Amino acid sequence: MEIFTQSIAEAVRLVASFDRYVFQVMGLSLKVSGSAVLIGLVIGLPLGVWLGLSRFRGRAILVALVNTGLGLPPVVVGLFVMMMISRKGPLGFLSLLYTPPAMVIAQVILATPYITAITMSAVGSIPREVRLQALGLGASRIQALMVVVKEARLSIMTAVIAGFGAVISEVGAVMMVGGNISAGGENKTRVMTTAIVQEARMGNFETAMAFGLILLAMAFAAVFLMTRLQGGPRSGWVKS
Amino acid sequence: MSAWAKMVVEKVLGGPAGLPSRGARAALRIVAPAVLVAAFAVVAGCGDTSATEGSTITTAATVKKSDIVLASTTSTQDSGLFDVLLPAFEAAYPQYTVKVVAAGTGEALKLGENKDADVLLVHAPTSEKEFVENGFGTERFEVMYNDFVIVGPADDPAGIRGTTDAAQALKAISVAEVLFVSRGDDSGTHKKELSLWKASGVEPSGAWYESAGQGMGDVLAISSEKQAYTLSDRASYLNLLEGLDLEVLVEGDKALFNQYGVIPVTDATNAAGAADFAAWIISTEGQTVIGDYGVEKFGQPLFVPNAG
Repeated sequence: MEIFTQSIAEAVRLVASFDRYVFQVMGLSLKVSGSAVLIGLVIGLPLGVWLGLSRFRGRAILVALVNTGLGLPPVVVGLFVMMMISRKGPLGFLSLLYTPPAMVIAQVILATPYITAITMSAVGSIPREVRLQALGLGASRIQALMVVVKEARLSIMTAVIAGFGAVISEVGAVMMVGGNISAGGENKTRVMTTAIVQEARMGNFETAMAFGLILLAMAFAAVFLMTRLQGGPRSGWVKS
Repeated sequence: MSAWAKMVVEKVLGGPAGLPSRGARAALRIVAPAVLVAAFAVVAGCGDTSATEGSTITTAATVKKSDIVLASTTSTQDSGLFDVLLPAFEAAYPQYTVKVVAAGTGEALKLGENKDADVLLVHAPTSEKEFVENGFGTERFEVMYNDFVIVGPADDPAGIRGTTDAAQALKAISVAEVLFVSRGDDSGTHKKELSLWKASGVEPSGAWYESAGQGMGDVLAISSEKQAYTLSDRASYLNLLEGLDLEVLVEGDKALFNQYGVIPVTDATNAAGAADFAAWIISTEGQTVIGDYGVEKFGQPLFVPNAG
């Protein structure tokens, strides 16, 4: 079992020595997944609020679609995005394949359902009276919505955390549309997960494990930060 | 999707809104025992196979199958050879099922070292010989060879078309600084590429030299998309040709020769199967299957059998 102790030592060594390669790969992971979650939030928050509060024909189908999105296989999303932006695809003229923006696009598709689904259930669970009372006190429709969103903010932060967790840890989509490329010692599209696959393929199981540990530590740090933002004194999994 | 993210979702959905969580819990109640039962069945099954491994003498009615884990390379897998080779082997030896793990040569050798594979079919002669010398493999047999080609865009910006010296061609690419995509994964193909760079006297670096760390199929797709040069084995290239915007520009140099070897792993889980597989692939029968592969589809054999 010395591989475990050795890979922990390797992980510590890589981080403590500020290994340029490792930090470039970590940086791109955070940049790509962070942007994807932010864009996912811009799409998923309004969509989730709308689905959570309104009642209309066909809502059940939309809700089911969003919930299905929670189980989207990253590799299928990667394949789909790849076909769209490949030189022979409909969006080929944009020359996006094997670039970080392509990776962001794929991860937005993966993160948005998480943010939408959780927002939806969060605002749906805020008592109707809250909105009615706000309206009764003279708030405009938009202001009343803001009151509901504010009430649900803790769960919405959880939505962001879930979306981030889903994309920082996926490999199928970023491998396909990113290509795990580095050039002349500069990282182009290599992220932590694809680097792990590569190291494992090369038989460098220790380095692969070390990268895995660094990825976990990185995700933990990011989530810890978000949880602090979310909770203040009553941090933790808060039910709104 | 990560289990971790799913857990977070479950936590939240399990709240007052309670969307699919009740159903999920009910499903779990049904699934969990089923999983347990299945796990027991697997454990029992494993005991079964190891028991029968020693004695493969069985009545014709009940042929117990045992698995052979074959570690090979992504380029061999991408060539499509296994699709004809393995059915032929399993027809000759119905007591075996071959499971292929396609990895880079580096990982394939590591799988052998850890005895996670029973037999290796790889193409990095120097590393293979070391592997056997270090006692990880019982013996190495030459099986077949194919050749590498330098492929690139039809307009050939570095002007290497028709060059018969692979190292010179690489040098021309580096001088022109046209994009070259390297496997960068320590595979047999990657090792061959590095040896060619060494022969050319060029240390490949700079923005024009990209490293993908992926399999042959992926690297060909990336090169095609970026209209870059790359080194590929001919079999993978021909097999993927239809989807690619790449042409063979340099071929025929002796330095582009690619020898495959088969190595049964020492003290393998299925040592008998490994030995039978190695013996069959270098037999007349196995060699014929290899020599015939690709003739119908591509008008030329993809591999030249040269065992013995």
